[in-house]
Amino acid sequence: MGSHAVLFNMVTTTRSKGKGQRAKVMAKVSGLLLALVALSVTPAYAQIDLTGTWQRVGQNDNGASREPVDLLGMPFSADGRAKALSYDIAALSATERQCQMYPPIYAVVGPFPLQFTMVPDPVTQKLLAWKIAGWGDRDETMIWMDGRPHPSKNAPHTHGGFTTGTWDGDTLTAVTTHAKLGDIKRHRGFSSDRATLTYRFMRHGDTLTVTAILDDPVYMAEPYVLTEVYRLTTNPNNFPLTACEPIEELPTLHEDPTLVPHYLPGKHPAMNEVTEHYNIPLEAVVGGPETMYPEYRKKLKEKYVMPPPCKDACGRPPAPGQGRGQGQGQLLNQQGEPPAGGRGAAPPAGRGAPPPK
Amino acid sequence: MSRALVVVVASMFIAFGFARVDAQRGNPQPPRAPRAAAPIDLTGYWVSVVTQDWRWRMVTPRKGDYQGVPLTLAAAKVADGWDPAKDEAAGLQCKSYGAPALMSVPGRIHVTWQDDNTLKVDADAGTQTRILRFGAAQPAAANTTRTWQGTSQAEWLMTRPNVPLQLRPMERSADTPPVRPTGGSLQVVTKNLRAGYLRKNGVPYSENAVMTEFWDLYKRPNGEEWLTITTEIEDPVYLRNTRRVAPIFKKEADGSKWDPTPCSSTW
Repeated sequence: MGSHAVLFNMVTTTRSKGKGQRAKVMAKVSGLLLALVALSVTPAYAQIDLTGTWQRVGQNDNGASREPVDLLGMPFSADGRAKALSYDIAALSATERQCQMYPPIYAVVGPFPLQFTMVPDPVTQKLLAWKIAGWGDRDETMIWMDGRPHPSKNAPHTHGGFTTGTWDGDTLTAVTTHAKLGDIKRHRGFSSDRATLTYRFMRHGDTLTVTAILDDPVYMAEPYVLTEVYRLTTNPNNFPLTACEPIEELPTLHEDPTLVPHYLPGKHPAMNEVTEHYNIPLEAVVGGPETMYPEYRKKLKEKYVMPPPCKDACGRPPAPGQGRGQGQGQLLNQQGEPPAGGRGAAPPAGRGAPPPK
Repeated sequence: MSRALVVVVASMFIAFGFARVDAQRGNPQPPRAPRAAAPIDLTGYWVSVVTQDWRWRMVTPRKGDYQGVPLTLAAAKVADGWDPAKDEAAGLQCKSYGAPALMSVPGRIHVTWQDDNTLKVDADAGTQTRILRFGAAQPAAANTTRTWQGTSQAEWLMTRPNVPLQLRPMERSADTPPVRPTGGSLQVVTKNLRAGYLRKNGVPYSENAVMTEFWDLYKRPNGEEWLTITTEIEDPVYLRNTRRVAPIFKKEADGSKWDPTPCSSTW
């Protein structure tokens, strides 16, 4: 018997019963009506399948920068800037740091695809979590969808952090906390262990856009927001996360274990490279929240002079039969563009550059 | 309560309830105007937040710098011939403010409903206006004038009402309130463009370029609202493959920082 028929039966019944019974039936009718309304106005959950490997196809400079000091458009606080400018990439060659991984935002900044798998509940087979596989220097991300809370702020922090997710219509929102400190743009700045990263995964057909919002009360004066675009691919270029074994990379660090590669304030040797290459004033190169906004262009206008035409690593298209073009090396993405960073691509300053004397 | 009242109330609840069920099941409902049907509210003032491609957006990049754009050789040749003074003299100073570039130009946009079927997007950079029309696409007449902002066809992408059982989240407890679908996106397809520049330094797109955008909102628990515009540009003449970027905007409370500036070939 359908719900219409049940209701009809109950309403007609009220006509043939006494007042006492009628009140009882009325209560049942009301209950049924409320139940019907509740059912009818509560649409089914709306979600979308993210399973598969998503190849990075966005054409932006999220992880790419040729110069070691390039904080353009990064909303660092004074502490965040000081931390960035004290960093010497040779620190990664220290035995205790060789196996450290990048923080969660590296999913958006790094060069490799996002490999999503669904983790079902073993009993119900319903979605329990989404897993984004790790890669060589990025921990996996498990996005718990079952409503569990984040741990206490005093809980251990890991490279991958702790992540929960919720649906907002067809968009997946994920929030990561409890990640260790790490560098966020090819060794040019850091997020602290108090940072929160919010991702928005928005799928439109076979295109996936990720908006990442990094809130960091230690190193950022405002949220640092990045986007990246991916395409579903059947030909992924994955770089699996495997066991890491430290080796002797820089003899000087092993001969003197007390040595910590760093730069003292104002002593970074590459401080002026962006200015020398592109005529961009140093005050913009060292970032800060005001550099993100359009009105900052007014400050730049009187100080900026367009440099001479580009001659090297200009992104020039390839000549017929000559590969992928100028300035483009290994690990090319689908656009034939250089990788967005990562340890697989040797940085200009290089791991292996000797530490300062 | 009289029997009549019972019947009336019951009828109202049932009619309302089953109308919703019908809508979910895909049964036809009278169409609502796009303005009334909007699943997200894009109106208001938005400021572009330049955390990406800063070097190519906040200043006029040097000539011949095409990093990040999958240009064809023909496009590189055009870019190598970039002459901003010549553009200015020819009245072409708005070439870098066309629709494929405009959302990446640092500035503010003001989104309003021009009428029930049309969203208007004003940009203070270059004092440009985009018109996003909903409804059936009108075939372009052969003699239609191409413009910097082209012709934009808009469509709401609604959240799907039904999904595979497997993807539904775990039920935590019987008293957990049900989650109702929210959100949605705006899809915009822009054609009929006048040839222009993707970047200020003469990196070109042709009049055959077609741009598809997805406008997605995120309202954070702290009240901030962010807009991501996923942008895909296809140009068989000047791009080797699809150009994809996703500029971001942050909502502002009012238009107090609105700063209309004319087009410029050099800045």
